[in-house]
Amino acid sequence: MDTLRAIFSAAFGYSLLRVSTPLLFASLAAVVSARAGVINIGIEGMMLAAAFAGVAVSAFTASPWLGLLGAVVTGIVMALILAYFALKLKTDIILGGIALNLLASGGTIFLLYVLAGDKGISSSLPSKVLPQVQIPIIKDIPVVGDIFSNHNVLTYVAFLSVVVLYYFLYRTPLGLRLRAVGESPDAAASVGVSVHRIQFIALGISGMLAGFGGAHLSMGYVSWFSRDMTAGRGFIGLAASAMGGETPQGALLTSLFFGFADALSSYMQSLRIPSEFVQMIPYLATVLALAVYANRQAARKQAVSHRAAPKGSGTVVPDSGHH
Amino acid sequence: MQDLLRMESITKVYPNGVVANRDVTFAVKPGEIHALVGENGAGKTTLMKILFGLEQPDAGSIVYEGRHVRIPSPHAAIAMGIGMVHQHFMLAPSLTVAENIVLGAEPRRGPFLDVQAAVERTEQLAKKYNLPVDPRARIRDIPVGMRQKVEILKTLYRGARLLVLDEPTAVLTPQETVELFAALENLKAHGHTIIFISHKLREVKQISDRVTVMRRGQVVGVARTAEVTEADISRMMVGRDVVLRIEKPPANPTRPVLQVKDVRYRSELGKEVLRGVTFSVRAGEIVGVAGVEGNGQLELAEILTGLRSAHGGTVIIDGVDATNAPPHRLRAMGVSHIPEDRMTHGVAAKATVEENLISDRFHRPRFQRFGVLRRKAIRDHSLELIRQYDIRTPGPTAAVSSLSGGNIQKVIVAREFSSEPKLIIANQPTRGVDVGAAEFIHRQLVDAARAGAAVLLISADLNEVMALSDRLLVLYNGEIVASFAHADQVSEEELGLYMLGLKRQAPSEAVAV
Repeated sequence: MDTLRAIFSAAFGYSLLRVSTPLLFASLAAVVSARAGVINIGIEGMMLAAAFAGVAVSAFTASPWLGLLGAVVTGIVMALILAYFALKLKTDIILGGIALNLLASGGTIFLLYVLAGDKGISSSLPSKVLPQVQIPIIKDIPVVGDIFSNHNVLTYVAFLSVVVLYYFLYRTPLGLRLRAVGESPDAAASVGVSVHRIQFIALGISGMLAGFGGAHLSMGYVSWFSRDMTAGRGFIGLAASAMGGETPQGALLTSLFFGFADALSSYMQSLRIPSEFVQMIPYLATVLALAVYANRQAARKQAVSHRAAPKGSGTVVPDSGHH
Repeated sequence: MQDLLRMESITKVYPNGVVANRDVTFAVKPGEIHALVGENGAGKTTLMKILFGLEQPDAGSIVYEGRHVRIPSPHAAIAMGIGMVHQHFMLAPSLTVAENIVLGAEPRRGPFLDVQAAVERTEQLAKKYNLPVDPRARIRDIPVGMRQKVEILKTLYRGARLLVLDEPTAVLTPQETVELFAALENLKAHGHTIIFISHKLREVKQISDRVTVMRRGQVVGVARTAEVTEADISRMMVGRDVVLRIEKPPANPTRPVLQVKDVRYRSELGKEVLRGVTFSVRAGEIVGVAGVEGNGQLELAEILTGLRSAHGGTVIIDGVDATNAPPHRLRAMGVSHIPEDRMTHGVAAKATVEENLISDRFHRPRFQRFGVLRRKAIRDHSLELIRQYDIRTPGPTAAVSSLSGGNIQKVIVAREFSSEPKLIIANQPTRGVDVGAAEFIHRQLVDAARAGAAVLLISADLNEVMALSDRLLVLYNGEIVASFAHADQVSEEELGLYMLGLKRQAPSEAVAV
């Protein structure tokens, strides 16, 4: 009963938007790379490194904006490293992404120790926080104002990014090329579109969005960096992107769904339920949602392959009998 | 008249030592339709890849529009006005017709894509060249014939004056082929030049002004098409006479081997793909299934070979119920399968010729002892099959993927026919295979049937299905709409009417038991 009342409160609505922000950045980062045919497993690591860079740069420059710049640049640089290895040197992009995640996890702890003398948290660094924004007029409307106003600036950037990415993908020449490259690289190459160049650009944008997500974690969501603070959000973003049909608007919906699970688990910690159990909720929601999604996807794939009958079924079945 | 294109003394040797082109000289005059024919592996594709900038020649020169040129990339080829319509369409299925056409050279309005202009340009081109398409339709929703028109429009949008069409009719129905040829004539009338690559000599005769024949990486002849016969061309291609009419003794069918009763199949979208298909195939006969692709042929073949499960009906093989039996059980019952998609279901491309040849029998005592393969027995067996089935391979340990399409198909045929099958399900057995290999495969099918096997031949190639079959069925929209007891007594035009659903026999006639 208490839980229900909590969910329908304005405070819950506010918290839903707040916790959804990093998930939304992560899932948009996943959308843009997936549409170009390059799976960015490294979003988690890019966010983590960006979160650290935001804290470190803002602490040493005393400017939250330079901190944000540092975070975003870090995300882009990490993405371009992945692009260089995967596209130029032809390493497996999944392995490259995993390597990047491990590098970010270990690397940030090392640098944290060097800079802050602590292996867990950056509280000794005087890092800055990005400002919260009051929206005129809306902030004075009861309930609505409580939910939608007074958020961190990056929360608004995240929701705006949905619209921008939508127009980029569906209304610009580069977006058209990006979608063509992801769906049918041969077709794109046959008309002189450079597949690698487009994929480099897509990964760069993906890294930028991951950078924003990281900055939000350490300079908005909280005001410090702690080890492995992304806590799987990059991977949840990948799941959200896939479930949202790899579209910006789909990613928005699924991010809000995962954000809901996240916010719910925060609220239920105040109840007398073991916190370990409650903390499982976002991840459990991911697993369940992915299972439902995979099921639907398999059905769709089968249907599509039937329609495209001449090229055989999508399922690979061994041709020869064996025992 | 001066040549539009002259490729002079082109030589291309691939890193693996294969000489794809040896001192090839190929010339095209402006405004002609020039057919380029030859067996698979004869070097046509390599020559065209060099023309389109996808490969660089090791020696030789290219003169285009009177100038010596170097073509380092497809981009350069496109800029010079050369367009390529690939055999496998280069289209993104989820994008619209207009989007696919303008991709890479998009009209803009400010920073945005000008969708309206893209649609208008598409409509203008479609009208000018009489290639009607729906600019706003998505590629995945339009039929194959229209996709091909989109490919042609794509090259025209980029200003192509020389168009290369790589086996454009392989995927078309007879009616769509007629439309394509009308479009090609129209392009010619507009002053465009066309290089037409094909295996189908009748079409070459019909559409081309001149023909260049290649064999084993060399040009063996250039002629005005009107002055040579199909038999002349085919002799040049293979260096010997090819029997285009397949000689086969009359069928003497005995007991029914395959009995299919009311088989039904529904796609995941709920579409009825097979709507109660009933027929039988007897030992000693070849039953052909004609039809436009996508009318249930693939599903039927896969149900009969255990790759897919039917949603209704029964399949009886030699009196035993084999409905939805798994592949290994069907194989044990003597069913062989030549699958439509040979690279997916026919061979393991990266495995060797020898491994592919024993992939259905490696578990037999002859080839293994205590779970360890017997190399000597396997080697002897595969060498024997390579000889018997004339597989052109550097050796039994060559990767199958390094062979030409015709020879890969021969590997499959060797494996499937050497297991002494009772029933052979052959789905598009000679697709994309050169004339020599196709003739060989045809011979094998006839011999197997006359030796007592029941053969179900599914083919989109009307010539093939008409020439080989004893009896003939037509599959349209998941139903058998016509059945002919004597395949040689039906005309191609009449079959076409049934294949397109314009005509159907009364149910009593069409039941093909």
